Amino acid sequence: MPIVIVDGQEIEIGADERLNCIEAARRAGVEIPHYCWHPGLSVVASCRMCLIEAGQRDAETGNVSMIPKLVPGCQTPVKDGTVIVTESEKVRESRARVEEALLIDHPIDCPICDKAGECLLQDYHFEHGQAERRADIHPFTSRKRDVGPTVSLFVDRCIMCTRCVRFTREVSGTGELMVTSRGAKEEIDVFPGFPLDNKLAGNVVDLCPVGALGDKDFLYQQRVWFLKREANVCGGCSAGCSIYTEHNQDTVYRLKPRENPEVNTWWICDEGRYGWHHLHDDERLLTATRREGPAGHAGNGSPAAADETLEWADVVGRLQTDLQAAGSLAVAVSPMLTVEEAWMLCSVARSIDPEAFLALGHVPVAGDDETFPGGFTIRGEKCPNKRGVEAVLALFGSGGHSWNDLLAHVAAGKASAAWITAGYPKAWIDEATAATFTGLACLVVQDLFDSPLMAQATWRLPAVGFAERAGTWVNVAHHAQSFRQAIRPPAGVWPEGRLFWNMLGRRGLYDPVAIRQELAESAAPFAALAGEMPAIGVDLRVRQLA
Amino acid sequence: MKPDDPSITWLEEKPLGLAERLYLPLFVQGLATTARHLVSPKVTVSFPEQRPAVGNPLIYRGVHRLNRDEEGRVKCVACFLCATACPAHCIDIVATESPWPDREKYPEAFQIDELRCIFCGMCEEACPVDAIELTSLLDLTGKSREEMIFDKEKLLSVYDMTKDAEPMKSASLGGTL
Repeated sequence: MPIVIVDGQEIEIGADERLNCIEAARRAGVEIPHYCWHPGLSVVASCRMCLIEAGQRDAETGNVSMIPKLVPGCQTPVKDGTVIVTESEKVRESRARVEEALLIDHPIDCPICDKAGECLLQDYHFEHGQAERRADIHPFTSRKRDVGPTVSLFVDRCIMCTRCVRFTREVSGTGELMVTSRGAKEEIDVFPGFPLDNKLAGNVVDLCPVGALGDKDFLYQQRVWFLKREANVCGGCSAGCSIYTEHNQDTVYRLKPRENPEVNTWWICDEGRYGWHHLHDDERLLTATRREGPAGHAGNGSPAAADETLEWADVVGRLQTDLQAAGSLAVAVSPMLTVEEAWMLCSVARSIDPEAFLALGHVPVAGDDETFPGGFTIRGEKCPNKRGVEAVLALFGSGGHSWNDLLAHVAAGKASAAWITAGYPKAWIDEATAATFTGLACLVVQDLFDSPLMAQATWRLPAVGFAERAGTWVNVAHHAQSFRQAIRPPAGVWPEGRLFWNMLGRRGLYDPVAIRQELAESAAPFAALAGEMPAIGVDLRVRQLA
Repeated sequence: MKPDDPSITWLEEKPLGLAERLYLPLFVQGLATTARHLVSPKVTVSFPEQRPAVGNPLIYRGVHRLNRDEEGRVKCVACFLCATACPAHCIDIVATESPWPDREKYPEAFQIDELRCIFCGMCEEACPVDAIELTSLLDLTGKSREEMIFDKEKLLSVYDMTKDAEPMKSASLGGTL
């Protein structure tokens, strides 16, 4: 195995690994500061922050010969015997000079800059820069320019690392951004008439190591040091990108991509990035209500029976009684539910009616999969857990039942009660489809918003959104990721899992991890979920062959 | 830590001497203190009929004010540093893009819960543009809790009220702006 010497420390790297000095040093626990290098983009070695001393140890004699000048760590590949020195006087001096040069005309407006607190220029200056400013110019404000519908450019804060330019050329493949002028007058800009409006545009804000690119959705909303982050999974489509939900006091402020080589690498799409606003929509259902009479009672011209608002503790028992009294049950298991929730829902349904008809809920689809030149794919299937719910349904002998099968089943009069779980962020059902359920003895609907189906329901139960759930989602490639709840649902709303947990008569607080362990032990298709789940998730099929 | 921990040094109480046991010398000492205060000048003030004198208004920590710049606009740039420094979490700011070309950000709303505030002065210390200051107003009263939550307008009006008696501290103290 090749050996690399980082600051005197020998580390082994893989025989066919192609690492640069920054990556090799990171293995040894040494962080080489860098601005322009990003693992997902091409190497330009323009910021000069990662300059280090490098050399080669002769395998036979053991003599080390160093390259006389400093070399950029990002552009220098390592091989067997490469010697890297990151903390010599020469390197330190070079870093201080680079920092000084970057800050000559960088506005010192950190108090009003949204990047402050997570800014590499701040961090590196604090660590590697000098305390005194020798330049006699003190710029305080930055010019601001719109580059797209979601992104603002603060021109003077830019340090010309060109990560954003390379992103639009290499990953999104749209190439809207460019560098204008030369030398000290260099600026990032868009081509006239071609704004930065591609579907991955938000990523340039994450890539920007300083505060030059700002997300209009987040700009001025909150200082970053107030935010707490929770590792979550995006529920926007079946790709299941790893994200961080950044929140404060139960309010989500932004979503950030979380590096996951198995799923989304470093990026997320804008649809997912801004797909949290429905969580704080005023229109959300917040109370559990029950109405006397069959489904669609109020819609049939008869006087609307008064809705009775119920406490959740009462819902548990009365819902069970109502469904038992109603007879044969049909259940739609929403692909927005987690694996744990789906399994509990199926168990509850079968305990109420052993012959219950279980089917996958409505699967929202919007267009085809869209793959970008960088390999990132936005899926057309706009739900996160279709594969997981299908696997759960297969355990209950109902694999392959789709939403249309359920509609046909109900339309044929084979069910007298239906339990529809939904939780979709957008409107999903029309009047005609909802009319299928009219006249059922009992119709339970769990959803985020009012809908034609909700108007018919005897039981209207509020659902929760992605950041408010905990559990496991299985994406389009059968890759399962577990996550915890990031924020609490609005006051008075129980997550679906908590209702199912209580309906199963389990004691204590709802614990999705316990359910996952039980599922992994009892069901072969979920064996891979056993034990501690890695942050990047596991392939659900991995242990089935063994 | 347990009683037999080696890092604990146990001290014995000193036995009482003759003076302590007699009690009389200590009694006289106490009486002397009382007598001294009887004849010394009074420091008690009959508030509210009489106003206490504020020693140095520059360092007195009373009601907050939000300063205005030369053009009469709120000086605050909505950087949230006061809210970050505040140990009582009594400052609530809503920032937005400023309507003026020379400024990027300004507070759309700025609230201080004066009931929650502990008047430590950290907000004043944290402010990078000397926008928030503590005045020497000390009698802060109100009829309801809501009344004691000061909004931007009220904080600016405190500035208008006190600016003549107490000029902005930044000028005399060599502030940043």
